Amino acid sequence: MSFSKSIYGWGRYPVIKADVQVPLVQSGVKAAVQNSGQGGMITRGFGRSYGDSSLADYVVEMRHINHLLAFSSKTGRVVCGAGISMADLLEVFVPMGWFLPVTPGTKHITLGGAVASDVHGKNHHISGCFCEYVESIELLVNPDCVLVCSRSTHSDLFHATCGGMGLTGIILSVNLQLKPVSSAFINQKTLKAQNINEALELFETNQGSTYSVAWIDCLATASSLGRSLLMVGEHSSDNILVGSSKHSLSMPVDMPSSLLNRFSIQLFNTLYYNRITKKEVKNRVHYEPFFYPLDGLQDWNRLYGKNGFTQYQFVIPKEAGQVGMTKILKEIAASGKGSFLAVLKVFGKQNDNLLSFPLAGYTLALDFKIEKGLFPLLDRLDAMVLDYGGRIYLTKDVRMSEQTFKQSYPHWQQFQTIREQYGVKGVFASYQSRRLGLDT
Amino acid sequence: MKKILIIGATSAIAEATARCYAKEGAMFYLLARNEERLASLASDLKIRGALSVDYSLLDVKERANHEQELLRAKDTLGNIDIALVAHGTLGNQGACEEDPEVALLELETNAFSTIALLTRLANIFEKQSHGTLAVISSVAGDRGRASNYVYGTAKAAVTTFCEGLQARMFKSGVHVLIIKPGLVATPMTEGLSMPAFLVAEPALIAADIFRAIEKKIDVLYTPWFWKYIMIGIIHIPATLFKKANL
Repeated sequence: MSFSKSIYGWGRYPVIKADVQVPLVQSGVKAAVQNSGQGGMITRGFGRSYGDSSLADYVVEMRHINHLLAFSSKTGRVVCGAGISMADLLEVFVPMGWFLPVTPGTKHITLGGAVASDVHGKNHHISGCFCEYVESIELLVNPDCVLVCSRSTHSDLFHATCGGMGLTGIILSVNLQLKPVSSAFINQKTLKAQNINEALELFETNQGSTYSVAWIDCLATASSLGRSLLMVGEHSSDNILVGSSKHSLSMPVDMPSSLLNRFSIQLFNTLYYNRITKKEVKNRVHYEPFFYPLDGLQDWNRLYGKNGFTQYQFVIPKEAGQVGMTKILKEIAASGKGSFLAVLKVFGKQNDNLLSFPLAGYTLALDFKIEKGLFPLLDRLDAMVLDYGGRIYLTKDVRMSEQTFKQSYPHWQQFQTIREQYGVKGVFASYQSRRLGLDT
Repeated sequence: MKKILIIGATSAIAEATARCYAKEGAMFYLLARNEERLASLASDLKIRGALSVDYSLLDVKERANHEQELLRAKDTLGNIDIALVAHGTLGNQGACEEDPEVALLELETNAFSTIALLTRLANIFEKQSHGTLAVISSVAGDRGRASNYVYGTAKAAVTTFCEGLQARMFKSGVHVLIIKPGLVATPMTEGLSMPAFLVAEPALIAADIFRAIEKKIDVLYTPWFWKYIMIGIIHIPATLFKKANL
């Protein structure tokens, strides 16, 4: 089936018209590729990448390729169609005592998308990216050729596809190693940091915790610059494996974007920061609010109004450290543009995937509504990030320049060589890949 | 452990409903047209906990095959605790207006085949003296609207047929559930432009169906608010209704 419709990423900017194919079976995916014509195509799952990574004039929507194909309850190895969501996997496997080895801040993403973005989570400093737990994938490179890629077969293509933003073919299925857990609950500890220095120190002293992340107030200035709440967690061992907690609120309409301004956000951030009055609070929470606090408010992207928003996520190497982070935070605080719930995290080592985002250092993610003056600010931030040897997360990006990309992702040429070898360059292409000079 | 027959098993609502029962270790017999999807659905349901999953190909328009396929399902399952009739197409209303043959084909798929299947199933269930016949009709059958009245006609026929069946089967202890979903996000409705706040996910519909079968409800509007929307729509006077762009 195919439809012409308006599509956009999670940031709701930009909005484009696309020919959307909706295959229900693998042979349908092949047919969709066969009929794609010359213009290039990209796959799409739940449209949770923020910018233009899943936008093209011809789109293959994979959400219905969502069946569980094999599972071993002894080993926790699961094979499933690439369109299955993390939410679905959790619902099936948590009651059986298995959890996702790595999960981002939303469970409403497909596994194919998780591979293509090589997503990271609150355990990156210990467990690395999602693809570390992917044993193999089935990758369609053309309608007559589906390759099984792993670290031992077609390993070049495997490392290009993990984090490769869908530009190397269509991931049909994923063979994933789940992680054993004995509870659906997390023992959480919340720690208060009065400024960025204290926050980074807290990360340091808690680096043994399985999960850690900080919410940071990007509008605080002077001695409070970078004040944060650090949340760390461990899987509980209470043997209660209750599935998901139900019923979320939703945002039925676009909020007028003028309601989001530096005063309302400052008020929210101050209230949020001061909800914890002690230096340290311990509690036990279900995995849903711990990992997916924002999934509780469906369509929260409408908070940023009808013009949409973008999330700016960068990483700078550890060596750049406090000094670098302070300088960037000052620039953001001075601009007065900022967001609720900016997220700060310490990453572990980078992996061998060619376009994977994380590298050992500090990452900060913050939302900005699309407005005049935003992109120049982000360009200034790009320059600072690049100076420190950092980079921007492709899954969130909607505006970085070709030079910025090519300077900060040093393996991009190798990525292109592999795409040419397998004949997928230009066949799989997105608005983003064109903007970044990977396709024409 | 429940024994469940699903016709149109690869429809999004049917798959989601099957998942609810798979968790409980049900036994399935699935009928649908798409063999590739049936095969992967079978492995999916087994991993989710189904005790057994058998399936067979059936195009509901091939009425000559109905008897044989239903007998095979009954032989495989033994008694049938639940039969979910979920097949359907959302035809192109414009094409139905152009060509009566297209309109009649829509009725064949969405009404006549359903009535034929239910006639056979009713006799099987009457002999068993237990079980649930759960039939997916639609709110579209409650009142004809310009935008999809051929589909609505088919669903109205299914609803009326099932109301009669309800009264007949009541005497033998068989439950007949008429399911009237509103707008649901499925591959069938993918191309429609629907007001987002009214559109439900198949998993939500499935949970409602699961509960309605447990509680032996007669008519299920799902999600619940469609009951009130349809009360409103039914009571708009025709003089106004025909002018409304619905």
